[in-house]
Amino acid sequence: MLSIDNLHASVEGKSILNGINLDVKAGEIHAIMGPNGSGKSTLSSVIAGNEDYEVTKGDIVFKNENIIELSAEERAHKGIFMSFQYPIEIPGVTVTNFIKTAINSNLKARGESEMPANKMLKKIREKAELLEIDSRFLSRSLNEGFSGGEKKRNEIFQMAMLEPSLSILDETDSGLDIDALKVVANGVNKLKNKDNAVIVITHYQRLLDYIIPDFVHVLHEGKIVKSGDKSLAHELEEKGYDWIK
Amino acid sequence: MSLQEKLISSFLAFELDINIQSPVHNIRTRALKEFEKLGFPNKKLEAWKYTSLKNVLKEDYTIFSKKKNVLEFKNIQDYFIDNTETYKLVFIDGSFDPFLSQTSHDGVDICILSAALTKPVYSKVISKYFDSSINKKDSLSLLNTAFSKEGVYIHIPKNKVLEKPVEVIHFATGNEAALMLQPRNLIVLEENSQAEIIETHQSLTDNPIFTNCVTEIFVGENAHLDYYKIQNDKLTSSLIDNTYISQEKKSIAKVHTFSFGGKLTRNNLNYFQKGSYIDSIMKGITIIDENQLVDHHTLVDHAKPNCESHQDYKGIYSGKSTGVFNGKIVVDKIAQKTNAFQQNNNILLTDKSTINSKPQLEIFADDVKCSHGCTIGQLDQDALFYLRARGIPKKEAKALLTFAFANNVLESVNIPSVKSRIKKIIANKLGVDLGFDL
Repeated sequence: MLSIDNLHASVEGKSILNGINLDVKAGEIHAIMGPNGSGKSTLSSVIAGNEDYEVTKGDIVFKNENIIELSAEERAHKGIFMSFQYPIEIPGVTVTNFIKTAINSNLKARGESEMPANKMLKKIREKAELLEIDSRFLSRSLNEGFSGGEKKRNEIFQMAMLEPSLSILDETDSGLDIDALKVVANGVNKLKNKDNAVIVITHYQRLLDYIIPDFVHVLHEGKIVKSGDKSLAHELEEKGYDWIK
Repeated sequence: MSLQEKLISSFLAFELDINIQSPVHNIRTRALKEFEKLGFPNKKLEAWKYTSLKNVLKEDYTIFSKKKNVLEFKNIQDYFIDNTETYKLVFIDGSFDPFLSQTSHDGVDICILSAALTKPVYSKVISKYFDSSINKKDSLSLLNTAFSKEGVYIHIPKNKVLEKPVEVIHFATGNEAALMLQPRNLIVLEENSQAEIIETHQSLTDNPIFTNCVTEIFVGENAHLDYYKIQNDKLTSSLIDNTYISQEKKSIAKVHTFSFGGKLTRNNLNYFQKGSYIDSIMKGITIIDENQLVDHHTLVDHAKPNCESHQDYKGIYSGKSTGVFNGKIVVDKIAQKTNAFQQNNNILLTDKSTINSKPQLEIFADDVKCSHGCTIGQLDQDALFYLRARGIPKKEAKALLTFAFANNVLESVNIPSVKSRIKKIIANKLGVDLGFDL
């Protein structure tokens, strides 16, 4: 599904990714771990199409198409989703209206007609329930005054609504207490199937107790320095990142 | 002949048309003399430093439209708010149109100034209020006074709550190659009364239109005024709006100014607090592009203790547009316990757009809370990426962020159909159809 080949990227002239190679197939969960500043968030931003980062070398192939030149919205239309570490507050736009706009933008871009209101409403209810989201929450302004947990839950709610092929969860566990973490992880697990894939980006092993990865990669100075199965995450938890450098 | 010369020489012709025996006419002739001395403001004046009238004044305006034009409601109904019953005062090329208007004399007076200035029944109100609040050093207000003849006259007596908003629209039809309009409005809310007013200047032509408007508003004790100025005119029209609001104790006067259209728009919004426990509220959203200019000059004169003023102006500028915000707050020596807040937030979307923002605080009391804040920035790129990463195209994403930026001003609009109209204008202005009611 996703194939990253020798990816180099920089921001404001500073090189951050220095030759990433990664293959993600449908049905897989990959975890990318690494210390602060190793390039984890840059990698997710670059895959999602953040124009602040300049890709200087390499390719990102998604569903057999090189997406390097595509805008963020075009990548979203193709089925890439990123859960943000710091979701943005949009006063005056409710969660419901925001998700309607997002879904219909995606449908329109794919040449499909807009989702009928009743179908939309049903889907919103269903997915809100999955993530234990109160219906009152849906009529609040997007992320405005949300707690850390509410913001992350709202991110996964959007993921549930948009049904992407590839979801990148960027530090979704940061700022979450254990109960919120379980709800979020449970949501991700329920949405997981053989046709989609998930990349979990995290500093800590904690989230990986609930979202079990098939592969674990360790990022250091913009390169994947070690790959393994889930036992690698435990090893990192015990020994820290120092031994890997 | 310059516009100034033309105006002065046409005063004689103007006098043929009105009753020159009335006391009001003395006010007019005095005002004309003062205007003759002062002339139009130029950039040498501090208050006009960023706004040049040169390009507006160079046209050969007709001072009084000779030809009468008729408009059919179905052709102009889009300019009225929908889904809300309103009183309507419609002016076409400066003349009142009784067919499109719905006036009232049923316990209130919602009618026209030409009647109020000439009929004895109104003389008490006129002599008490007319021309009593304007700045006698402001040449444009003086000019308007000199030619004051027609406009809105609203008088809400004591304890009366107006059940419908008043909608005022000044249309320009293009009968003349270039037309100058000078509406003069007088609005009096007596003690404990309430009124909502919506004002629009709308050109239907690409011919140059120059409107120099003066509105005097008197808000009595414990009265509530809610005023909306919708400025979405053609790019060939310019507007100078001089509004003077005098408030008595415990009154609330709120003015929303929405500036999206027009070539040059200057809003001189002046508040005079004449009693204690007054609240004066000014809010504005400006979204302009191309070569447009919108200049907000506000003045709040805190002359009594325990009063408040709140100002919140948001501006978004693209193209080569220019914005000006000058917020003057004067706190008199005796105006202790004044709370005066001023906020002006701006987004510049292009390198060639400009905003000149200036707070002007003159505080002579020692126990007051006055704050002002000004920001100038760009649209938040992280927020833009967030929206685009959800599949929302760039243009729509920018529009959503614009709405978010302007949201707290929109939130304070009390008439739902005004709010939806403003949102519609903003969406149009940004070229998006968001597909839902924000």
